[in-house]
Amino acid sequence: MDITRRRLLVLMPAAAVAWKYVLAGTPEASPNYRLTDHWWGMLMDITKCIGCGTCVRACAEENDVPDGYYRTWVERYHRDDWKIERPEVESPDGGKHGYLHEPAEGGKNFFVPKLCNHCAESPCTQVCPVGATFDAPDGVVLIDKKYCLGCRYCIQACPYGCRFLNPKTNTAEKCTLCYHRITKGLTTACCEVCPTGARQLADLKNPKDPIHEFLRTHSVQVLKPHMATGAKVFYNGMDGSVR
Amino acid sequence: MNRFKDTEHLIRLAAVIVLALIAFVVLRFALVPRSFGQYGHYRGAAIAETAARPVAFAGHQTCEACHTDVVDLKKQGKHVVVACEACHGPLAKHADDPGSVQPKKLDTMVVCTRCHEANSAKPSGFPQVVTADHSGGLACDTCHQPHRPKIETEEVKK
Repeated sequence: MDITRRRLLVLMPAAAVAWKYVLAGTPEASPNYRLTDHWWGMLMDITKCIGCGTCVRACAEENDVPDGYYRTWVERYHRDDWKIERPEVESPDGGKHGYLHEPAEGGKNFFVPKLCNHCAESPCTQVCPVGATFDAPDGVVLIDKKYCLGCRYCIQACPYGCRFLNPKTNTAEKCTLCYHRITKGLTTACCEVCPTGARQLADLKNPKDPIHEFLRTHSVQVLKPHMATGAKVFYNGMDGSVR
Repeated sequence: MNRFKDTEHLIRLAAVIVLALIAFVVLRFALVPRSFGQYGHYRGAAIAETAARPVAFAGHQTCEACHTDVVDLKKQGKHVVVACEACHGPLAKHADDPGSVQPKKLDTMVVCTRCHEANSAKPSGFPQVVTADHSGGLACDTCHQPHRPKIETEEVKK
Protein backbone atom coordinates (compact mmCIF):
# COMPACT_ATOMS: atom_id res chain seq x y z
CA MET A 1 0.00 0.00 0.00
CA ASP A 2 1.66 3.16 -1.20
CA ILE A 3 1.46 6.16 1.00
CA THR A 4 -0.13 8.76 -1.16
CA ARG A 5 -0.02 12.46 -0.42
CA ARG A 6 -3.69 12.33 0.55
CA ARG A 7 -3.21 9.48 3.03
CA LEU A 8 -0.18 11.10 4.58
CA LEU A 9 -2.17 14.28 5.14
CA VAL A 10 -4.83 12.24 6.95
CA LEU A 11 -2.37 10.31 9.11
CA MET A 12 -0.09 13.19 10.11
CA PRO A 13 -2.48 15.01 12.45
CA ALA A 14 -3.46 11.70 14.09
CA ALA A 15 0.18 10.89 14.70
CA ALA A 16 0.77 14.40 16.04
CA VAL A 17 -2.05 14.00 18.57
CA ALA A 18 -0.73 10.62 19.63
CA TRP A 19 2.81 11.95 20.02
CA LYS A 20 1.62 14.52 22.56
CA TYR A 21 0.62 11.67 24.89
CA VAL A 22 3.87 9.84 24.32
CA LEU A 23 5.84 12.91 25.32
CA ALA A 24 3.63 13.73 28.32
CA GLY A 25 4.31 10.40 30.03
CA THR A 26 3.36 9.91 33.68
CA PRO A 27 3.90 12.81 36.10
CA GLU A 28 6.26 11.94 38.90
CA ALA A 29 4.65 10.84 42.14
CA SER A 30 5.84 12.19 45.49
CA PRO A 31 9.34 10.94 46.20
CA ASN A 32 9.66 8.22 48.85
CA TYR A 33 5.93 7.53 48.73
CA ARG A 34 4.99 4.03 47.69
CA LEU A 35 1.35 3.42 46.89
CA THR A 36 1.48 -0.19 47.99
CA ASP A 37 2.92 0.55 51.44
CA HIS A 38 -0.21 2.25 52.80
CA TRP A 39 -3.87 1.59 53.46
CA TRP A 40 -5.42 4.78 54.74
CA GLY A 41 -8.36 5.28 57.04
CA MET A 42 -9.39 7.53 59.91
CA LEU A 43 -10.35 7.17 63.53
CA MET A 44 -13.09 9.37 64.98
CA ASP A 45 -13.46 9.52 68.73
CA ILE A 46 -16.95 10.84 69.37
CA THR A 47 -16.23 10.98 73.09
CA LYS A 48 -13.66 13.69 72.34
CA CYS A 49 -15.42 15.80 69.69
CA ILE A 50 -16.41 19.24 70.98
CA GLY A 51 -18.08 20.42 67.75
CA CYS A 52 -15.79 23.43 67.34
CA GLY A 53 -15.83 23.11 63.54
CA THR A 54 -12.09 23.73 63.24
CA CYS A 55 -11.79 20.67 60.98
CA VAL A 56 -14.51 21.99 58.66
CA ARG A 57 -12.82 25.38 58.30
CA ALA A 58 -9.39 23.83 57.85
CA CYS A 59 -10.70 21.48 55.16
CA ALA A 60 -12.28 24.36 53.25
CA GLU A 61 -9.04 26.39 53.44
CA GLU A 62 -6.77 23.50 52.54
CA ASN A 63 -8.84 22.27 49.61
CA ASP A 64 -10.62 25.41 48.32
CA VAL A 65 -14.02 23.93 49.08
CA PRO A 66 -16.72 26.33 47.81
CA ASP A 67 -19.00 28.00 50.37
CA GLY A 68 -22.04 25.94 51.22
CA TYR A 69 -20.33 22.66 50.29
CA TYR A 70 -18.42 20.39 52.65
CA ARG A 71 -15.85 17.67 52.27
CA THR A 72 -16.08 17.17 56.00
CA TRP A 73 -18.76 18.41 58.35
CA VAL A 74 -19.87 18.05 61.96
CA GLU A 75 -23.40 17.00 62.90
CA ARG A 76 -25.02 17.48 66.27
CA TYR A 77 -27.27 14.67 67.37
CA HIS A 78 -30.08 14.91 69.87
CA ARG A 79 -31.48 11.59 70.97
CA ASP A 80 -34.62 11.89 73.04
CA ASP A 81 -34.37 9.30 75.80
CA TRP A 82 -35.31 5.91 74.23
CA LYS A 83 -36.03 7.13 70.66
CA ILE A 84 -32.90 5.68 69.15
CA GLU A 85 -34.48 5.35 65.71
CA ARG A 86 -35.55 8.99 65.55
CA PRO A 87 -32.60 11.22 66.38
CA GLU A 88 -32.76 14.93 65.65
CA VAL A 89 -29.73 15.93 63.60
CA GLU A 90 -28.56 19.41 62.75
CA SER A 91 -25.50 20.78 61.00
CA PRO A 92 -25.83 24.52 60.41
CA ASP A 93 -23.30 25.53 57.73
CA GLY A 94 -21.68 22.12 58.20
CA GLY A 95 -20.85 23.06 61.79
CA LYS A 96 -18.19 25.34 60.34
CA HIS A 97 -18.55 28.03 62.99
CA GLY A 98 -19.02 25.72 65.95
CA TYR A 99 -22.20 25.24 67.93
CA LEU A 100 -22.78 28.23 70.16
CA HIS A 101 -26.49 27.55 70.71
CA GLU A 102 -27.77 24.90 73.10
CA PRO A 103 -29.40 21.74 71.74
CA ALA A 104 -32.94 20.65 72.69
CA GLU A 105 -33.50 19.94 76.39
CA GLY A 106 -33.16 16.49 77.86
CA GLY A 107 -32.01 13.30 76.18
CA LYS A 108 -28.51 12.80 74.92
CA ASN A 109 -26.55 15.28 72.84
CA PHE A 110 -23.30 14.70 71.02
CA PHE A 111 -21.31 15.61 67.92
CA VAL A 112 -20.50 13.36 64.97
CA PRO A 113 -17.83 14.52 62.51
CA LYS A 114 -18.24 13.05 59.06
CA LEU A 115 -16.28 12.79 55.83
CA CYS A 116 -15.75 10.37 52.96
CA ASN A 117 -15.37 6.88 54.43
CA HIS A 118 -12.85 5.86 51.77
CA CYS A 119 -14.68 2.56 51.39
CA ALA A 120 -12.75 -0.50 50.32
CA GLU A 121 -15.78 -1.56 48.27
CA SER A 122 -16.85 1.95 47.35
CA PRO A 123 -20.28 2.24 45.69
CA CYS A 124 -19.30 5.55 44.05
CA THR A 125 -16.44 4.09 42.03
CA GLN A 126 -18.57 1.15 40.96
CA VAL A 127 -21.12 3.39 39.26
CA CYS A 128 -18.76 5.84 37.55
CA PRO A 129 -19.28 5.27 33.81
CA VAL A 130 -15.94 6.71 32.71
CA GLY A 131 -13.42 5.65 35.35
CA ALA A 132 -13.15 9.19 36.74
CA THR A 133 -13.37 8.07 40.34
CA PHE A 134 -11.34 5.18 41.60
CA ASP A 135 -9.85 3.37 44.58
CA ALA A 136 -6.17 4.20 44.59
CA PRO A 137 -3.88 1.29 45.56
CA ASP A 138 -3.35 2.92 48.98
CA GLY A 139 -7.05 2.77 49.87
CA VAL A 140 -7.97 6.39 49.13
CA VAL A 141 -10.96 7.04 46.87
CA LEU A 142 -9.98 9.81 44.46
CA ILE A 143 -11.53 11.73 41.58
CA ASP A 144 -9.88 12.43 38.25
CA LYS A 145 -11.18 15.94 37.53
CA LYS A 146 -10.06 15.77 33.91
CA TYR A 147 -12.12 12.65 33.31
CA CYS A 148 -15.24 13.51 35.31
CA LEU A 149 -18.26 14.28 33.12
CA GLY A 150 -20.33 15.69 35.96
CA CYS A 151 -23.10 13.11 35.52
CA ARG A 152 -23.68 13.01 39.32
CA TYR A 153 -24.17 9.25 39.37
CA CYS A 154 -21.56 8.86 42.13
CA ILE A 155 -23.27 11.54 44.22
CA GLN A 156 -26.43 9.43 44.20
CA ALA A 157 -24.53 6.23 44.87
CA CYS A 158 -22.70 7.40 48.00
CA PRO A 159 -24.74 6.17 50.99
CA TYR A 160 -23.03 8.71 53.26
CA GLY A 161 -23.79 11.86 51.27
CA CYS A 162 -20.10 12.72 51.03
CA ARG A 163 -20.04 13.93 47.43
CA PHE A 164 -21.17 17.10 45.71
CA LEU A 165 -20.88 18.72 42.33
CA ASN A 166 -18.45 21.63 42.43
CA PRO A 167 -20.43 24.53 40.93
CA LYS A 168 -17.28 26.10 39.47
CA THR A 169 -15.79 23.08 37.72
CA ASN A 170 -19.00 21.03 37.31
CA THR A 171 -17.11 17.95 38.39
CA ALA A 172 -17.80 15.66 41.33
CA GLU A 173 -15.84 16.46 44.45
CA LYS A 174 -15.25 15.00 47.88
CA CYS A 175 -12.63 14.41 50.54
CA THR A 176 -9.30 13.23 49.11
CA LEU A 177 -8.03 12.45 52.62
CA CYS A 178 -5.72 15.42 51.91
CA TYR A 179 -3.89 13.23 49.43
CA HIS A 180 -1.41 16.04 48.70
CA ARG A 181 -0.50 16.06 52.40
CA ILE A 182 -0.44 12.38 53.34
CA THR A 183 1.80 11.56 50.37
CA LYS A 184 4.28 14.13 51.75
CA GLY A 185 4.28 12.57 55.22
CA LEU A 186 1.93 15.14 56.77
CA THR A 187 -1.41 14.37 58.37
CA THR A 188 -4.69 15.65 56.90
CA ALA A 189 -5.65 19.29 57.52
CA CYS A 190 -8.62 18.26 59.69
CA CYS A 191 -6.52 15.93 61.86
CA GLU A 192 -3.74 18.52 62.07
CA VAL A 193 -5.98 21.16 63.61
CA CYS A 194 -8.37 19.02 65.68
CA PRO A 195 -7.74 20.45 69.16
CA THR A 196 -8.90 17.40 71.11
CA GLY A 197 -7.48 14.61 68.95
CA ALA A 198 -10.99 13.43 68.09
CA ARG A 199 -9.87 12.73 64.52
CA GLN A 200 -6.77 10.76 63.71
CA LEU A 201 -5.41 9.68 60.38
CA ALA A 202 -4.65 5.96 60.37
CA ASP A 203 -2.43 3.88 58.16
CA LEU A 204 -3.83 0.38 58.49
CA LYS A 205 -0.87 -1.17 56.67
CA ASN A 206 1.62 0.28 59.14
CA PRO A 207 1.96 -2.19 62.01
CA LYS A 208 3.36 0.59 64.24
CA ASP A 209 0.28 2.80 63.82
CA PRO A 210 -1.52 3.17 67.20
CA ILE A 211 -4.81 2.50 65.38
CA HIS A 212 -4.29 -1.27 65.71
CA GLU A 213 -4.01 -1.13 69.50
CA PHE A 214 -7.02 1.19 69.61
CA LEU A 215 -9.15 -1.11 67.45
CA ARG A 216 -8.24 -4.09 69.64
CA THR A 217 -9.19 -2.39 72.89
CA HIS A 218 -12.26 -0.31 72.02
CA SER A 219 -15.80 -0.82 70.77
CA VAL A 220 -15.43 0.70 67.34
CA GLN A 221 -18.06 0.95 64.62
CA VAL A 222 -18.36 2.17 61.06
CA LEU A 223 -21.30 4.07 59.60
CA LYS A 224 -23.98 1.96 57.88
CA PRO A 225 -22.21 -1.40 58.20
CA HIS A 226 -25.24 -3.10 56.58
CA MET A 227 -24.28 -1.40 53.30
CA ALA A 228 -21.09 -3.53 53.23
CA THR A 229 -19.09 -0.68 51.76
CA GLY A 230 -15.90 -1.56 53.63
CA ALA A 231 -15.87 1.90 55.25
CA LYS A 232 -12.48 2.84 56.71
CA VAL A 233 -13.55 5.70 58.97
CA PHE A 234 -13.92 4.15 62.40
CA TYR A 235 -16.06 5.67 65.13
CA ASN A 236 -15.37 5.17 68.81
CA GLY A 237 -18.14 5.67 71.35
CA MET A 238 -20.78 6.06 68.67
CA ASP A 239 -24.40 6.03 69.75
CA GLY A 240 -26.78 3.60 68.01
CA SER A 241 -28.86 6.52 66.75
CA VAL A 242 -26.14 7.76 64.40
CA ARG A 243 -27.06 7.35 60.75
CA MET B 1 -12.13 -20.70 -14.92
CA ASN B 2 -14.25 -17.86 -13.59
CA ARG B 3 -14.44 -19.25 -10.08
CA PHE B 4 -12.65 -16.22 -8.55
CA LYS B 5 -14.24 -13.62 -10.78
CA ASP B 6 -15.74 -11.76 -7.81
CA THR B 7 -12.70 -11.82 -5.55
CA GLU B 8 -12.19 -8.13 -6.19
CA HIS B 9 -15.26 -7.39 -4.09
CA LEU B 10 -13.85 -9.41 -1.23
CA ILE B 11 -10.50 -7.68 -1.42
CA ARG B 12 -12.19 -4.29 -1.32
CA LEU B 13 -14.25 -5.36 1.68
CA ALA B 14 -11.13 -6.65 3.41
CA ALA B 15 -9.36 -3.39 2.68
CA VAL B 16 -12.22 -1.44 4.23
CA ILE B 17 -12.11 -3.62 7.37
CA VAL B 18 -8.32 -3.29 7.64
CA LEU B 19 -8.55 0.48 7.22
CA ALA B 20 -11.26 0.67 9.88
CA LEU B 21 -9.09 -1.39 12.21
CA ILE B 22 -6.11 0.86 11.61
CA ALA B 23 -8.27 3.91 12.19
CA PHE B 24 -9.50 2.37 15.45
CA VAL B 25 -6.00 1.59 16.68
CA VAL B 26 -4.72 5.05 15.76
CA LEU B 27 -7.68 6.80 17.36
CA ARG B 28 -7.46 4.69 20.48
CA PHE B 29 -3.78 5.46 20.77
CA ALA B 30 -4.51 9.15 20.34
CA LEU B 31 -7.48 9.40 22.67
CA VAL B 32 -6.75 7.03 25.56
CA PRO B 33 -4.24 8.57 27.97
CA ARG B 34 -0.99 6.66 28.39
CA SER B 35 -1.53 5.90 32.05
CA PHE B 36 -5.10 4.61 31.69
CA GLY B 37 -5.16 1.09 33.08
CA GLN B 38 -1.84 1.43 34.90
CA TYR B 39 -3.46 0.44 38.23
CA GLY B 40 -7.05 -0.20 37.17
CA HIS B 41 -9.85 1.19 35.04
CA TYR B 42 -8.77 4.80 35.51
CA ARG B 43 -6.02 7.23 34.58
CA GLY B 44 -3.03 6.33 36.77
CA ALA B 45 -1.53 9.79 36.34
CA ALA B 46 -4.52 11.25 38.21
CA ILE B 47 -3.00 9.95 41.47
CA ALA B 48 0.14 12.05 41.05
CA GLU B 49 -1.90 15.03 39.86
CA THR B 50 -4.00 14.90 43.04
CA ALA B 51 -0.84 14.63 45.13
CA ALA B 52 0.75 17.63 43.39
CA ARG B 53 -1.51 20.20 45.10
CA PRO B 54 0.38 22.64 47.38
CA VAL B 55 -0.32 22.44 51.12
CA ALA B 56 -1.97 25.33 53.01
CA PHE B 57 -1.38 24.11 56.57
CA ALA B 58 2.33 23.81 57.26
CA GLY B 59 1.90 21.41 60.18
CA HIS B 60 2.93 22.05 63.79
CA GLN B 61 6.36 20.47 63.31
CA THR B 62 7.22 23.22 60.84
CA CYS B 63 6.05 25.96 63.24
CA GLU B 64 7.95 24.45 66.14
CA ALA B 65 11.24 24.57 64.23
CA CYS B 66 11.34 28.37 64.71
CA HIS B 67 8.88 29.23 67.50
CA THR B 68 10.66 27.33 70.26
CA ASP B 69 9.62 29.90 72.91
CA VAL B 70 5.94 29.15 72.24
CA VAL B 71 6.63 25.42 72.34
CA ASP B 72 8.16 25.77 75.82
CA LEU B 73 5.24 27.88 77.00
CA LYS B 74 2.65 25.49 75.60
CA LYS B 75 4.33 22.52 77.29
CA GLN B 76 3.37 24.01 80.67
CA GLY B 77 -0.35 23.96 79.94
CA LYS B 78 -3.15 21.89 78.52
CA HIS B 79 -2.98 23.57 75.13
CA VAL B 80 0.14 21.56 74.39
CA VAL B 81 -2.04 19.18 72.36
CA VAL B 82 -3.55 21.96 70.26
CA ALA B 83 -1.70 22.46 66.97
CA CYS B 84 -0.61 26.03 66.15
CA GLU B 85 -2.75 26.32 63.05
CA ALA B 86 -5.90 25.21 64.87
CA CYS B 87 -6.16 28.82 66.11
CA HIS B 88 -3.77 30.73 63.86
CA GLY B 89 -5.11 29.32 60.60
CA PRO B 90 -3.26 27.99 57.54
CA LEU B 91 0.26 29.42 57.47
CA ALA B 92 2.31 27.39 55.02
CA LYS B 93 2.93 30.64 53.12
CA HIS B 94 4.28 32.22 56.30
CA ALA B 95 6.56 29.21 56.80
CA ASP B 96 7.85 29.58 53.24
CA ASP B 97 8.43 33.32 53.56
CA PRO B 98 8.22 34.47 57.20
CA GLY B 99 9.15 38.04 56.31
CA SER B 100 6.37 38.98 53.94
CA VAL B 101 3.44 36.84 55.13
CA GLN B 102 2.44 37.55 58.71
CA PRO B 103 -0.29 35.77 60.69
CA LYS B 104 -3.37 37.81 61.51
CA LYS B 105 -4.09 38.99 65.03
CA LEU B 106 -6.76 36.74 66.52
CA ASP B 107 -9.95 37.75 68.26
CA THR B 108 -9.96 35.56 71.35
CA MET B 109 -13.67 36.13 71.86
CA VAL B 110 -14.25 34.24 68.61
CA VAL B 111 -11.41 31.70 68.68
CA CYS B 112 -11.75 30.63 72.33
CA THR B 113 -15.52 30.43 72.42
CA ARG B 114 -15.73 28.03 69.49
CA CYS B 115 -14.21 25.39 71.72
CA HIS B 116 -14.97 26.57 75.24
CA GLU B 117 -18.49 28.01 75.06
CA ALA B 118 -20.65 25.74 77.22
CA ASN B 119 -22.80 23.30 75.31
CA SER B 120 -24.49 20.17 76.62
CA ALA B 121 -23.43 18.22 73.52
CA LYS B 122 -19.75 18.59 74.47
CA PRO B 123 -18.05 15.88 76.52
CA SER B 124 -18.68 16.72 80.19
CA GLY B 125 -14.98 16.60 81.07
CA PHE B 126 -14.09 19.33 78.59
CA PRO B 127 -13.54 22.77 80.18
CA GLN B 128 -16.50 24.98 79.23
CA VAL B 129 -17.82 28.36 80.32
CA VAL B 130 -20.82 30.52 79.57
CA THR B 131 -18.84 33.49 78.24
CA ALA B 132 -21.37 36.12 79.28
CA ASP B 133 -21.28 34.95 82.92
CA HIS B 134 -17.59 34.08 82.95
CA SER B 135 -15.98 37.22 81.55
CA GLY B 136 -18.81 39.74 81.34
CA GLY B 137 -17.74 40.83 77.87
CA LEU B 138 -14.00 41.05 78.57
CA ALA B 139 -11.80 39.43 75.93
CA CYS B 140 -10.41 36.07 77.03
CA ASP B 141 -6.78 37.17 76.69
CA THR B 142 -7.33 39.95 79.20
CA CYS B 143 -6.72 37.32 81.88
CA HIS B 144 -5.64 34.14 80.08
CA GLN B 145 -2.49 33.66 78.06
CA PRO B 146 -3.79 31.43 75.24
CA HIS B 147 -0.58 29.40 74.94
CA ARG B 148 -0.70 28.61 78.66
CA PRO B 149 -4.26 29.33 79.66
CA LYS B 150 -4.30 28.35 83.33
CA ILE B 151 -4.01 31.36 85.65
CA GLU B 152 -1.76 30.61 88.61
CA THR B 153 0.25 33.73 89.35
CA GLU B 154 0.24 37.27 88.10
CA GLU B 155 3.60 36.77 86.35
CA VAL B 156 2.20 34.26 83.90
CA LYS B 157 0.34 36.87 81.91
CA LYS B 158 2.75 38.69 79.66
